[in-house]
Amino acid sequence: MVKSTPPFGFAIKRDDEKCIRCQACARMCSNDVHAYDAEKDIIVSDSTKCVGCHFCEAICPTSALTVERTQSQYRENFNWTAEVINDIKSQAGSGGVILTGMGCDKPYTNYWDRIVLNASQVTNPSIDPLREPMELKTFIGRKPDRIEMGSPEGPKLETEIPHQLELEAPIMFSAMSYGSISYNACFALARAASDFGTFWNTGEGGLHRDFYRYGPRTIVQVASGRFGVTREYLNTGAAIEIKIGQGAKPGIGGHLPGEKVTEPISETRMIPAGTDALSPAPHHDIYSIEDLRQLIYALKEATRYRKPVGVKIAAVHNVAPISSGIVRAGADFIVIDGMRGGTGAAPKVTRDNVGIPIEIATAVVDSRLREEGIRNQASLVVAGGFRKSSDVIKAIALGADAVYVATSALVAMGCTICQKCYTGKCNWGIATQDPYLTKRLNPEIATRRLKNLLRAWSLEIKEMMGGMGINAIESLRGNREQLRGVGLSEMELKMLGIKSVGEAW
Amino acid sequence: MRRMEVDRGGCSLFGMIDESGDRFSGAQAINAIAKMQDRENGLGGGFAGYGIYPEFKDCHAFHLLYDNEKAKEYTEICLDENYSIERAEPIPTRKVPAIKNPPLLWRYFLTVKETKANGADIGDFVVNTVMKINGEVDGAFVISSGKNMGIFKGVGFAGEVGKFFRLDEYEGHAWTAHGRFPTNTVGWWGGAHPFGLLDWSVVHNGEISSYGTNKRYLESFGYRCTLFTDTEVIAYLFDLLARKHGFGFDTVGRILAAPFWDEIERLPEKEREICKALRMAYGGALVNGPFAVVVGHSNGIVGINDRIKLRPLVAARKGSMLYMSSEESGIREVCQSPGKVWMPEAGEPVVGRLEGTHG
Repeated sequence: MVKSTPPFGFAIKRDDEKCIRCQACARMCSNDVHAYDAEKDIIVSDSTKCVGCHFCEAICPTSALTVERTQSQYRENFNWTAEVINDIKSQAGSGGVILTGMGCDKPYTNYWDRIVLNASQVTNPSIDPLREPMELKTFIGRKPDRIEMGSPEGPKLETEIPHQLELEAPIMFSAMSYGSISYNACFALARAASDFGTFWNTGEGGLHRDFYRYGPRTIVQVASGRFGVTREYLNTGAAIEIKIGQGAKPGIGGHLPGEKVTEPISETRMIPAGTDALSPAPHHDIYSIEDLRQLIYALKEATRYRKPVGVKIAAVHNVAPISSGIVRAGADFIVIDGMRGGTGAAPKVTRDNVGIPIEIATAVVDSRLREEGIRNQASLVVAGGFRKSSDVIKAIALGADAVYVATSALVAMGCTICQKCYTGKCNWGIATQDPYLTKRLNPEIATRRLKNLLRAWSLEIKEMMGGMGINAIESLRGNREQLRGVGLSEMELKMLGIKSVGEAW
Repeated sequence: MRRMEVDRGGCSLFGMIDESGDRFSGAQAINAIAKMQDRENGLGGGFAGYGIYPEFKDCHAFHLLYDNEKAKEYTEICLDENYSIERAEPIPTRKVPAIKNPPLLWRYFLTVKETKANGADIGDFVVNTVMKINGEVDGAFVISSGKNMGIFKGVGFAGEVGKFFRLDEYEGHAWTAHGRFPTNTVGWWGGAHPFGLLDWSVVHNGEISSYGTNKRYLESFGYRCTLFTDTEVIAYLFDLLARKHGFGFDTVGRILAAPFWDEIERLPEKEREICKALRMAYGGALVNGPFAVVVGHSNGIVGINDRIKLRPLVAARKGSMLYMSSEESGIREVCQSPGKVWMPEAGEPVVGRLEGTHG
């Protein structure tokens, strides 16, 4: 009889001379890879259970462990890769949909890596950000078409400015629900956002009582499951985000298994403990754009027009006209989540095959809103796989007001993108509710690391802006003249609205 | 040949106004700009004179560059359709050896036909005409379209361009001038400064690193940036902010060269709210990168620097005269003992107003 589970592809290497039999790996691995054999005084590792999260490697006090790819290989085949073969075997065993976590890992063109930035030489001095002010302050929300201040007795502001979110840098933490990630992870995100001067997002899981005090730095989400949505919840957040779709799984809903619905999650989500939390694929009160408008205004009414209300959608083929409709429906900001955006759990086939990359979506949405003269009516926040500060600055130059990061934030807290979030066994204490695992994530340290990441990226953005001779982020926003494409087709350049490398002004 | 022309490198600019409204010869502007010839390389110079056409003060004075007769014929059909042409004539020039191969230079004094304007804003109507000719008529370019003012520019050193156009024979109450040092060697007359639209004229020293943002911002208000020069965005921004949105020049200055957030935080509350609102709503109009500009309009001239003053601008006063220049030498050339000479702060507009006007 053959083994029903195909090899997962990792091999644990243990240097027996270094191993001191402390058994930390055996105690801590949530996948039960390591076991101590007292009789022989050895630690046995079952590599087939390893998910490649490298936690044991990180905690091993003598660096005796190495997690490597397995040497076992199928015969090379361009079409029938190990992934394909293993997926089929897995489905032949289970008869079910293959689940996965995090964003699409397939090698579609990453346009950020095909776009290069400009810098000043001779005719335009670059600016040293260590000596001159360099401004990243960003406002998210509806802007008036014009400001009226005509008054014979001296200037007076006569135009009312709609409520805005004020960000110290154009980077926010994207939606991750309490349930998909741990209490400590939410805590760290909330505190880091508050300390730094940006925002974090509750995701669709409601807001834990303890975090109400971070309300002024919280974007509260309203998704199809409406978990934890109360009038108090809405009024506690600084802004409200209606979640229509997610880049990792456009067109489908969500599913938090009952095992993860612990007592505090049950309270926060307002569902019985131990029951599955199902988010329907569509909002069952939104079957059209006019329905969306009603929800936007219902939420505005509920919060007395004091909070910006945004709408998040996945980047799909028709993203530009849909975005235009959303802005016209009254959204104060619009969030586009690209196909590399992460998830706690999604069908692998959807994650890897549905949606479009955020680079193209950013460009076409910004252009479309400008063509229609409604760009100032809503801010454009883009999300989905932002890995570094250069990705962020390129997104701003394509036309985004700000970006959302989530995967990068998780990595800052320890995540190694093993893609097993859906198992609830996250060894790093992030994507799990198991108290044994969650206590591993020290919220103090995680907060500091998140703040460091925001600071580091901000410094890098300032360096690059200074190089371009730009000292305010608004002069970079939509400034596609600062971008050039390398190795892209004419059509791709056209979609991105940028010139090719080598083309001068 | 037309393409984006960016005024990189040196460039000199100069502006002077008699705020009492007395008119004086263009020779002074020629002398002042010629004094700073080190800052130009012979690839473009130009002037704007205000109050120079008193006999046609209610007409839009169109100055046109034509590559050929066909462009002229086509343009004239377009003008004739929409305007009463009060007078059409070649722009008078004199032979100057250094000025070679000038295009056909014509000027037209025009009144919009009421039936055509149809109640629309006359300014917008004229702007549309200019955009249409410049964008669609091959070989024709409107360099000037204001009332009782005119722009004269070409390829050559500024002093020679001034002599070529016989500006010493004109009298105006305000003049601006520009000498170019482009690193881009395209010799196209339309690419020289000043850049003009309606009564606005702009002379500009600098490179706008926010060009892509400003251009797209303006496009959403219906301006078509023809990509001929980054200076045009400054003219359009003045038109949008001062003419359409009705801001005074202090406010325009706060938008184009916005104060830094930490400066805004230190302002009194009322002012802070205004500055904050302006930056939020007009972020796309913030002009970034090094620049000094002198903008002319029907009620005066305004000089302004970028927000960290990366290009020179000096101002001086004597009696009713106000001067602004890249270098003090330009001012001293035409005003031996100015009463006050100063270096304007970054982003602080220097405003010369014709008496009895606002703005």
